Amino acid sequence: MEQNKINITIDNRPFSVKKGTTILDAAKANGIEIPTLCHINLKGTCVDNHPASCRICVVEVGGRRNLAPACATVCTEGMEVRTNSIRVLKARKTILELILSNHPNDCLVCPKSGNCELQALAQKLKIHETPYADGERSKHEVESSVSIVRDMNKCILCRRCETMCNDVQTVGAIGAINRGFITTVAPAFGQKLSESECTYCGQCVAVCPVGALTERDNTGKLIDDLSDPNKIVVVQTAPAVRVAIGEEFGYPAGTIVTGKLVTALKQLGFKYVFDTNFAADLTIMEEGSELLDRLSRFLGGDKSVPLPILTSCCPAWVNFFERQFPDMLNIPSTARSPQQMFGSIAKTYWAEKMGVPREKIVVVSIMPCLAKKYECGRDEFKVDGNPDVDYSLSTRELAAFIKQANINFNSLEDSEFDSPLGASTGAAAIFGATGGVMEAALRTAYELYTGKTLEKIDFTEVRGLEGVRQATINLNGFELKIGIAHGLGYARRMLEDIRHGKSEYHAIEIMACPGGCIGGGGQPLHHGKMETINARHKAIYEEDKNMPLRKSHENPYIQQLYEEFLGKPLGEKAHKLLHTHYFSKQ
Amino acid sequence: MKIASLHDLEKIRVEAKSLLTLREKSLLESGGETCGLEKGTEHIQILTCGGTGCQASDSAKIAENMQACLEEFGITDKVKVITTGCFGFCEKGPIVKIIPDNTFYTKVKPEDAVEIVKEHIIGGRKVERLLYVDPETNKSVSDSKHMNFYRKQVRVALRNCGLIDPENIREYIARDGYTALADCIINKTPEEVIDIVKRSGLRGRGGAGFPAGNKWEFARNSKSDIKYVVCNADEGDPGAFMDRSIMEGDPNSIIEAMAICGYAIGAKYGLVYVRAEYPLAIHRLKVAIKQAREFGLLGKDLFDRGFDFDIEIRYGAGAFVCGEETALIHSMEGMRGEPTLKPPFPAVQGYKKYPTNVNNVETLANIPIIFQNGPEWFASIGTEKSKGTKVFALAGKINNVGLIEVPMGTTLREVIYEIGGGIKDGKKFKAVQTGGPSGGCLTEKHLDIPIDYESLTAAGSMMGSGGMIVMDEDNCMVQVARFYLGFIVEESCGKCTPCRIGNKRMLEILDKIVEGKGKVEDLDKLESLAGVIKDTALCGLGQTSPNPILSTLSNFRDEYMEHVVENKCRSKQCTSMLSYTINPEKCIGCRLCAKNCPVSAISGELKQVHTIDQSKCIKCGVCLSNCRLHAISLK
Repeated sequence: MEQNKINITIDNRPFSVKKGTTILDAAKANGIEIPTLCHINLKGTCVDNHPASCRICVVEVGGRRNLAPACATVCTEGMEVRTNSIRVLKARKTILELILSNHPNDCLVCPKSGNCELQALAQKLKIHETPYADGERSKHEVESSVSIVRDMNKCILCRRCETMCNDVQTVGAIGAINRGFITTVAPAFGQKLSESECTYCGQCVAVCPVGALTERDNTGKLIDDLSDPNKIVVVQTAPAVRVAIGEEFGYPAGTIVTGKLVTALKQLGFKYVFDTNFAADLTIMEEGSELLDRLSRFLGGDKSVPLPILTSCCPAWVNFFERQFPDMLNIPSTARSPQQMFGSIAKTYWAEKMGVPREKIVVVSIMPCLAKKYECGRDEFKVDGNPDVDYSLSTRELAAFIKQANINFNSLEDSEFDSPLGASTGAAAIFGATGGVMEAALRTAYELYTGKTLEKIDFTEVRGLEGVRQATINLNGFELKIGIAHGLGYARRMLEDIRHGKSEYHAIEIMACPGGCIGGGGQPLHHGKMETINARHKAIYEEDKNMPLRKSHENPYIQQLYEEFLGKPLGEKAHKLLHTHYFSKQ
Repeated sequence: MKIASLHDLEKIRVEAKSLLTLREKSLLESGGETCGLEKGTEHIQILTCGGTGCQASDSAKIAENMQACLEEFGITDKVKVITTGCFGFCEKGPIVKIIPDNTFYTKVKPEDAVEIVKEHIIGGRKVERLLYVDPETNKSVSDSKHMNFYRKQVRVALRNCGLIDPENIREYIARDGYTALADCIINKTPEEVIDIVKRSGLRGRGGAGFPAGNKWEFARNSKSDIKYVVCNADEGDPGAFMDRSIMEGDPNSIIEAMAICGYAIGAKYGLVYVRAEYPLAIHRLKVAIKQAREFGLLGKDLFDRGFDFDIEIRYGAGAFVCGEETALIHSMEGMRGEPTLKPPFPAVQGYKKYPTNVNNVETLANIPIIFQNGPEWFASIGTEKSKGTKVFALAGKINNVGLIEVPMGTTLREVIYEIGGGIKDGKKFKAVQTGGPSGGCLTEKHLDIPIDYESLTAAGSMMGSGGMIVMDEDNCMVQVARFYLGFIVEESCGKCTPCRIGNKRMLEILDKIVEGKGKVEDLDKLESLAGVIKDTALCGLGQTSPNPILSTLSNFRDEYMEHVVENKCRSKQCTSMLSYTINPEKCIGCRLCAKNCPVSAISGELKQVHTIDQSKCIKCGVCLSNCRLHAISLK
């Protein structure tokens, strides 16, 4: 027997498992799925919630007086586990009945119906009665913020959102308040989400097992605009959407369904189907140039140049540093996000080309992200009150709308994005993954700085899913130090280093969501399966590999945009339309 | 002045002995002749009770008045007023004890101070009307040694309560205080210290009864430069005041014990987590800590042996659940007071993830005397598996309400009928609740079981922290279960499903039963749900919360059945099942009841028979208490 393995039995079957394994994991590894609710563990990330408080996963352990929570009990040599004795089944059923006794049970009209872990469990355990139906129920008011909707009447106190917000994202906007039956998870002192530290990263929504935390649904607005003959509704879709939306239609995670996505959007009634990836290439032009500008000034002897430069396309990340690091507002890149650059260009350059006033255009974005809903409404992204991007729908909302519209997604033929805001390169495609923005920027920065063509386009040094990564890129003898972080907890570490003068990096990419945008708050729910994130991650780089053009500056439509309209990167017009500044929100 | 050696400690002890001589003599001897200055008594001490119970009845004013009186008579050089800790006989408080003749005055009022000074202190004549009268013999008993309340008590943890001034560390030292600490640090290894605690057989007094020596050993075996000793002074059981009295009456015993524990496990830091609702205990602890530091008994380099130890006080914030050790630790860490899973146990990973030993106040109070008298002495008291004594807060329908300490193995019958003086007002004993909200009710058939950990658990209850509530025929057992469950629902932290929601649902069922809307099926529902909660709750609070229900269902099922089947409450407590009725043969129509009825439910003409409208009646009972002809009855 190997040194670090022990023998246990589960349901009278003998197994050999690694020391330190929990009963839950040991069972799973051997094909036994013990039901859970509060537990979630995205292996490989720091997303790990096992308060062992729902008590659904309790099992019998030989010699132990009471039942043990499988998610948090470590196997010991000779342990005898029963996952389905009558005692366990009765306990599990009673626990679920208790949870349901303090739940609205209005599945028919709940936005989470069909995707709810509580609903699935009730079906699995065949709950057909509610024995405590006349008991007291929690009464909370539903709170609707611009990105996230909170209905704490549905909360089962799994504490995943609290763990996500405090331990993973280190934002601390919500936490458990009060005690006993009236315990709930909310911002402190009865604040609304909009008054709290919330960055709208939406990771709480991404892990909520029930309908307590959901996205602010903008489908209604979209339907209104699509039915308005006076409006020209155009859509842009983010890089991370096309590798994930297929999951909502039964495709395995990581299936690239771009062509079908475009067709579906056309069938829904969008006048023009454009691509956020186009604007991502544009972002690289501006941000890459900004990086090179700061670098050359720094290397030229100007010590006042703020370094490192930080990417700024993630609005939750922007919120985070405006709130928590307002003393460092001059460090991030001034470039707007691809979503916002798109809107700005669509309502100026494209509107002029089409001879249409900007007020007639409705720019809708399909995003893997919930913070994008908030970003559209920032005042600096409006011209005389008219927003560059009118509103944003998440991947989930779009998939639901496609289904509502009776479109048979799986049988659709592929279509191409419309011109001139639809063409993109592989560099844009990789924006969806952590490290992608940096790699895209490097591809352009390298060639612009050195004047040479890249021998190897893939900067594999910056790829991967570890929370914090670093790389050193040789730019004509200059050692460019790169830092990458995804998840705001890791971002905080990087920022604190910068604040205390301990940062050695010249450029840092930050994404608020674990995995990058592919793991965004608006994506199809992963329900704790890291395999889903991994598959999407792989697909992002597959897409890049197969694209004819893989460097942003080679995008002919981008070149045309500069020639015809913008002038040059960081120029006056580019500055006005494609750059921004930040505000202290402490 | 820093005590840097056994010699220094001995010097203080000898100096301070004189403070205590008079009182220590009185412990051993019978009072003898009534003392009095005019009779030639040289020195007299007036001990007044400084425990919260007596203080709430103005005992501080008694002491003040005494002092003023003594000053007026110019006899302060011969007579001293000393405020001590709790004497224990709370039913008869405020207590004043006269040394050297041991006169035990009861129910003293501030106005009585003058009389006591003039008649007794100066005149040598006892104030008869303030003496305790034995209800059986109807004779007064002057010396507490001869009282049934005290006769069977063995005060170990409470050894200094009611004897010394808790705000004067010299008196504690005079009682051999800190000799144990000195001996441990100077003459013993940590392993030897732990061995002594193990040999004594001391088990945790907070309720779980885990062997203290073993707990200390686990903490010792954890490797870390930083470790913590924590005193759990969050005493939350309703009606319990054992720990409070120890902290108020003998705070130095805790300090010394924590320092000994620190030495044994290798910890420099001590933390006392005391509930904020104990301001007097907090005050006494603060005074004791300050004085201990002044004497070098806390702080750096104790007894010049390179061992540092100091204590900080942390306050609770009104949560019963923070008496659970992991929740307590998290509360101190500034986090939500919620229990977390064990393992890891605090001895391995506790406060701020460092090895931490958590002990209850009473457990610690026993430590110094175990070292002073030896572990074999301690182990000679009690039963085979439960050594030593236990402090109980005896309350409820009993004649002698108060704080008692008895050897383990004393029977319930002895406690209730001998020490407790039997049931109040001559009513019939029904049950005694031990273990607070985690315990159960013991009945007539259990009266002869010895009080020890295993026996009480086997009988369906548990030792708990020491609350003992006596109930008589007028207690409704359903209401008793509901009281404890209501407490739990209020105090549940809300983390795990069975306790947060399960207890709430059980309470709703009990509410239904008490309101007369219960059904027979509800009893099965209750039992079934209680079983699942016991089996699945995350912490001790939840796991034991069904005990009052299960225990009363088991011992008093017929009472429950009467409630649900016959809509009857035999103890006449469940007002929904009772009605006030006017006997038409006795009613003379004086209208007194109707005039006083707060909801105008009584109608009738003057001089005519009145009737009560049951649909309006709120069962307040004002009518019955007003009727001079006993024409109204409660059925």
